[in-house]
Amino acid sequence: MATTSTTQTLSSPSTQEQPRTGTWDGGNEPFKASYGKLMMWFFLLSDAFTFAAFLTTYGLMRHRHLAYTGTNEAFEFSTAYWPIPDKVFNAFPGLHGIDLPLGFVALMTMILIFSSVTMVLAVEAGHRMDKNDVQKWLLWTILFGATFLSCQAWEWSHFIAGTDEGTVMEDGTRFFGANLQRNQYGPVLFADLFFFITGFHGTHVFSGICLLIWSFIATTNGTFEKRGHYEMVEKIGLYWHFVDLVWVFVFTFFYLV
Amino acid sequence: MAANIPTNAPVHGMPIMPRIEHDEHTHHDEHHEQSFLTKYIFSQDHKVIAKQFLITGIFWAILGGALSSLFRIQLGWPESTMSWLTPVLGKWVEAGKLNPEFYLALVTMHGTIMVFFVLTAGLSGTFSNFLIPLQIGARDMASGFMNMLSYWFFFASSIIMFISIFLETGPASAGWTIYPPLSALPQAIPGSGAGMTLWLVSMALFIISQLLGGVNYITTVINLRTRGMSMSKLPLTIWSFFLTAVLGLLSFPVLFSAALLLIFDRSFGTSFFLSDIYIAGQALSNTGGSPILFQHLFWFLGHPEVYIVIMPAMGMVSEILATNSRKPIFGYRAMIGSLLGISLLSFVVWAHHMFVTGMNPFLGSVFMFLTLIIAVPSGVKVFNWLATLWRGNIRFTTAMLFSIGFVSLFISGGLTGIVLGNAALDIQMHNTYFVVAHFHLVMGSSAFFGLFAGVYHWFPKMFGRMLDEKLGYVHFWLTFIGVYLVFMPMHYVGIAGFPRRYYAFTGFDSFSQFADLNKFISAAAIFAFFGQFVFIFNFFYSIWRGRRATENPWNSNTLEWTTPINPGHGNWPGAIPAVHRWPYDYSKPGAEKDFIPQNVPYSQTQSSNLPNEREMAE
Repeated sequence: MATTSTTQTLSSPSTQEQPRTGTWDGGNEPFKASYGKLMMWFFLLSDAFTFAAFLTTYGLMRHRHLAYTGTNEAFEFSTAYWPIPDKVFNAFPGLHGIDLPLGFVALMTMILIFSSVTMVLAVEAGHRMDKNDVQKWLLWTILFGATFLSCQAWEWSHFIAGTDEGTVMEDGTRFFGANLQRNQYGPVLFADLFFFITGFHGTHVFSGICLLIWSFIATTNGTFEKRGHYEMVEKIGLYWHFVDLVWVFVFTFFYLV
Repeated sequence: MAANIPTNAPVHGMPIMPRIEHDEHTHHDEHHEQSFLTKYIFSQDHKVIAKQFLITGIFWAILGGALSSLFRIQLGWPESTMSWLTPVLGKWVEAGKLNPEFYLALVTMHGTIMVFFVLTAGLSGTFSNFLIPLQIGARDMASGFMNMLSYWFFFASSIIMFISIFLETGPASAGWTIYPPLSALPQAIPGSGAGMTLWLVSMALFIISQLLGGVNYITTVINLRTRGMSMSKLPLTIWSFFLTAVLGLLSFPVLFSAALLLIFDRSFGTSFFLSDIYIAGQALSNTGGSPILFQHLFWFLGHPEVYIVIMPAMGMVSEILATNSRKPIFGYRAMIGSLLGISLLSFVVWAHHMFVTGMNPFLGSVFMFLTLIIAVPSGVKVFNWLATLWRGNIRFTTAMLFSIGFVSLFISGGLTGIVLGNAALDIQMHNTYFVVAHFHLVMGSSAFFGLFAGVYHWFPKMFGRMLDEKLGYVHFWLTFIGVYLVFMPMHYVGIAGFPRRYYAFTGFDSFSQFADLNKFISAAAIFAFFGQFVFIFNFFYSIWRGRRATENPWNSNTLEWTTPINPGHGNWPGAIPAVHRWPYDYSKPGAEKDFIPQNVPYSQTQSSNLPNEREMAE
């Protein structure tokens, strides 16, 4: 045995000048991912920390305020305690006065999740180098994304406009809706955080749509086809899925918990 | 032994690893004629970007140092007439006295400039950019374009911060930690008006710059190492830059969150950090927010930030100590392990800056425990540096002096960290000059020493010329003595109870016996500041007139010394050298010379190979 191994090492003089070639030994890409894709992953990791800071802020702020302890039926808006989301977000466009707890936001969320599905299909079409399919699915993704944003605009405008009755505030005046300083649904921070965090997420969706439109134009012009790969679509896809995932957390914090 | 000849590209019998496209692109660029604008201003060459960071950093360091001299004059001679400063400070000198609010602005800007603009951007911006591609054997950063953007975002951020100094209401004045509500309410102090707005805008741009740089550094280290450059053959510099970038990537976004929330509180009337505030007898409408929340968010960045500042210095010092002791670094793997340990711990100790905010004492003791654990990896590093020096064949180059100075300062400052890390002791010490003395030694001055060591050591590679050694010695001794003369007495002042950020102590009888000591500190600070001009002269003189460098002036092992004296864009004119060994083969028994560069295969060093290496060579 020993002799064999010696002869083996001796009989391979060509390895003398060669460095090792393992996964992490350099000269290759350890994760088998291009630098661009790695950068996107690291950017998303960083962005996740930004969102984590905001959601932590939400958690701490909510903890600092009193929770509502009565029954669901007896709930009334008051600045004294944190509101029940079911009671705040119960409106649906065109169905005025009907109580549909979280109905509209569920629809919005579905639309956004669908946009992730079409994004996957666009990336997959890119792997097949099928320009037409990439175009088709990118367009669907843009459409769903824009629909989500429009829904959010409605949600915001409804939140700002307020309920028909409004709420009698601490100073005795009746106030309708919410802005950054006053809030009929509960403590002012509830509105501050709602506007800030959904707004920050919406900004991300908006940037995503811009990127998607840009990549749609580039696909149509054949830029990626000439390049030989659709990696750019894949990178934007990573971003898009991340934004969707963040929405799941935002949704959980603001609407479900 | 062919020390400086790059090993050729893959020869016979080996699968040729696919080089990344990018590589060839940059290689191509080398042959293009570049205009002045693309070569020196909007350059995508990591070496030029590094120099841009360095020179901007030097500019900021002079300014930051000058500001500290100004407030030290106030602290040392509180009763003197300052009219002679009117030509510089204009209306901020009123009837011969420095405006107290401007004093706060000076302190704030000194901190902001030194921590972010000099020791973050100037230090890791310079050396991560310069050394990562050169030491791992890459043509350039993964994305040269983003690297360029990183500098220009930093530049824009610098311009905005610089402009803020000249505002009528003065720059930000709430301290470099910009705690609300002071920073959130323009009614509170003049500096919380437009100055604070510009501070926040500038920092937002700064964070973007850090992010662009950071993802680049990390990706480059992962993807672009040359053949054979495994993670356990990386010079310690690269490990430290890599982990610094990871820390920046994970902590700066949280500062970004805090800054964004603060911007909303300031400009759009939200109440995230504000609650129940009376100002000038009037109640503000804000309710429900928490200023402590800001501190949590801030220090979640702020604590890793001090390691972002010190780790690149640690890496460079390790490299310089080994090279100039002509000995392998002691405990290479322990050095990497301790860097990893420090990086990990840096994220779970932030609340030790907040012991006296009224936090639960139990929570305080958890953070105290975690904080004191940091002494372990820090101790490992210190002992390894000392063991590297132990019985070394030491060459006292200027870089070596500054590296030894770094170790000295790190020990002196680190010991008081153990004091301050105790929640109970911190009740007495917090917000005194003891804290100021501690962090100025352990992260301020030591990081500066690391920076100087790096500049003296890699100047020949940057500019193809040597810095003057004699002037370097003068600079070292002035700085080293100056720093200790400033910060050693400051500990006593702190133990005596002097609070930081006070404009004058003349109103307190108990402090009058320390007036002389304060005067002494001020004199020493100004002395040390003027000592730096020796370096400034040396630096700019040597760029054009310095002694010409040789290819490998320090007989060093790392790859950057296998490039030509003035490497072009693409770094190596021929193939990139492959790597066969770790970077610390100094004074290896049986070797012909006292150093064996990383690109020399074992087959060429039969006389010095260890038993396990003999197999590799046969």
